[in-house]
Amino acid sequence: MTTTTNPRGPSSADVRAELTRRRFRPAETAFKLALQACLAIGLAFLVALLAFAVTKGWHRLDARLWENMPTGRVSRAGEAGVQSAIWGTVWVISLTAAICLPTGVLAAIYLEEYADNTRWYNRLLELNIQNLAGVPSIVFGILGLGLIARVIGLGFTVATAAVVLSLLVLPTVIIASREAIRAVPQSIRHASYALGATRWQTVSRQVLPAAVPGIATGSILALSRAIGEAAPLILLGAVTFIRFNPDSLLSAYTTLPIQIYNLIKEPQAEFQELAAAAIVLMLVVLLAMNSIAIFVRNRFTKRW
Amino acid sequence: MTYPEDPMDTTIVPPRLSAGLSLHPSGATHGGENTPVIDLADVAVWYGDYQAVRGVSMPVARNQITAMIGPSGCGKSTVLRSLNRMNDLIGGARVTGVVSYHGQDLYARDVDPIEVRRRIGMVFQKPNPFPKSIYDNVTYGLKVNKMDTGRTDDLVEQALRGAALWDEVKDKLKTSALALSGGQQQRLCIARTIAVRPEVILMDEPCSALDPIATGKIEDLMHELAASYTIVIVTHNMQQAARVSHRTAFFTAELDDAGVRHGRLVEFNDTGRIFTNPADKRTEDYITGRFG
Ligand SMILES: Nc1ncnc2c1ncn2[C@@H]1O[C@H](COP(=O)(O)OP(=O)(O)OP(=O)(O)O)[C@@H](O)[C@H]1O
Ligand SMILES: [Mg+2]
Repeated sequence: MTTTTNPRGPSSADVRAELTRRRFRPAETAFKLALQACLAIGLAFLVALLAFAVTKGWHRLDARLWENMPTGRVSRAGEAGVQSAIWGTVWVISLTAAICLPTGVLAAIYLEEYADNTRWYNRLLELNIQNLAGVPSIVFGILGLGLIARVIGLGFTVATAAVVLSLLVLPTVIIASREAIRAVPQSIRHASYALGATRWQTVSRQVLPAAVPGIATGSILALSRAIGEAAPLILLGAVTFIRFNPDSLLSAYTTLPIQIYNLIKEPQAEFQELAAAAIVLMLVVLLAMNSIAIFVRNRFTKRW
Repeated sequence: MTYPEDPMDTTIVPPRLSAGLSLHPSGATHGGENTPVIDLADVAVWYGDYQAVRGVSMPVARNQITAMIGPSGCGKSTVLRSLNRMNDLIGGARVTGVVSYHGQDLYARDVDPIEVRRRIGMVFQKPNPFPKSIYDNVTYGLKVNKMDTGRTDDLVEQALRGAALWDEVKDKLKTSALALSGGQQQRLCIARTIAVRPEVILMDEPCSALDPIATGKIEDLMHELAASYTIVIVTHNMQQAARVSHRTAFFTAELDDAGVRHGRLVEFNDTGRIFTNPADKRTEDYITGRFG
């Protein structure tokens, strides 16, 4: 540049011209546009789904939703609600959480803090968990039908559904918990060990508390997936128009997604509208769960 | 080497913080008949197939400060970690030779590393307080060692006073330790370590993240602690080694015939000797190089 030969350095006018010249950077612009387009596609589908469900189900979003299927259901379709499906979902998901959270978190602790990952069997274990996360849910349904419903003999019950859904989301819980545990700095563990703490003391008093936000976020997301699952439960006898609420782990049951699926198949317009209203209800529940996940993450995340 | 007849019989009396603290280390017993607290005999440390350090033989004398100096990568931290079995936490790390503590081989099969670390504590290069309150940082070691029976508040105060931190934090014990400055955090880590009353404190470059004033405070503190504790410190700072330590070990890394770098102990002696009249040319080069 010619200006650098000037012994007094470049003039301020030159510098100003250099620094303020508008530059067009095609790659930057293209990438930003692509990002915005992807976001728009995702949002558009969500908005379309919501708009469809809300317009269609709007006038059924009232106290009738909290009714059970009346006897003589077709003639009184306008009075039908999804109470038993709501209770079924509550039962199944609570039990699923009770099974998969402790199992998943403890498995993650084992893999991260105890397992020697130079051993082939631990590596095999890890690989399998990654793979399981990608197995179609219907396959878990088949396993549940053959093994848990029939061989173990739990039948078509809340318990069977919860066990199968637990197996289904367990890999997600394990992977999320492992990430959270791994994110706890090694220096914290060393500090604990250097004070004479045992491994379990270190894990339970330092590592787990620090990993709770990540574990909670991952677990809530996993559970919201379980709430929305229909495919495996269809195989597991989630009953169509069930008129009673489950009252034990061995009750017959239905859940919201199953109920939606069944209602949509019905010819009556009333049932179609009820299905739309139930979809809105599901979306609200899922949104609430995801908000809790975000809240937990932001509220409890430790800064190192 | 001779050890006490029955090493297991050596009862460990935890040092007392309340014992009279002297500002200047008592150097009378340098190299005297004082049996070492820790003794290394032909120690080598491996990371997998790589022998990081070898041929380390040196004693660590009671109530003295032993400094380890040497160029980066020569294995000072590695040797330090081998003294309280922190190397166990590194996959593939292995120690050969004998590290004995009051005559007991620390790497004998039936030795519990938890018990070892309880007696031989460690302060790390980067301050690493737990993401908890100042108070909880100090009580953690007491809790895991079941030492928090009654008068915990007193023990916390004692430890924080011992680490020259009490006056700065006494009004905010319940606030997060992460809100302290780097130097305060490091003194908190020292407080946390002395709270469980180890016999030996290992310090790996404890001042490397600190400014000269904070460094000065920690050096003063080390002088005071030496009255009741045995201290081993790794430092890159020659002046610091010269100022605080009684004895100095100089390490270096050299290529072997196959072209692999191994760390080794070159010279171990009273600090005065190492810095004024080193026996080995390499020590002299290193020290004069640094001192200009
Ligand atoms: N966890 C590890 N795994 C493999 N090799 C290691 C590990 N830690 C240290 N080493 C190797 O061992 C040798 C000695 O490392 P060490 O950290 O003990 O050196 P140091 O003297 O403390 O250096 P510095 O002064 O830079 O801290 C180096 O070659 C290093 O690469
Ligand atoms: Mg080091």
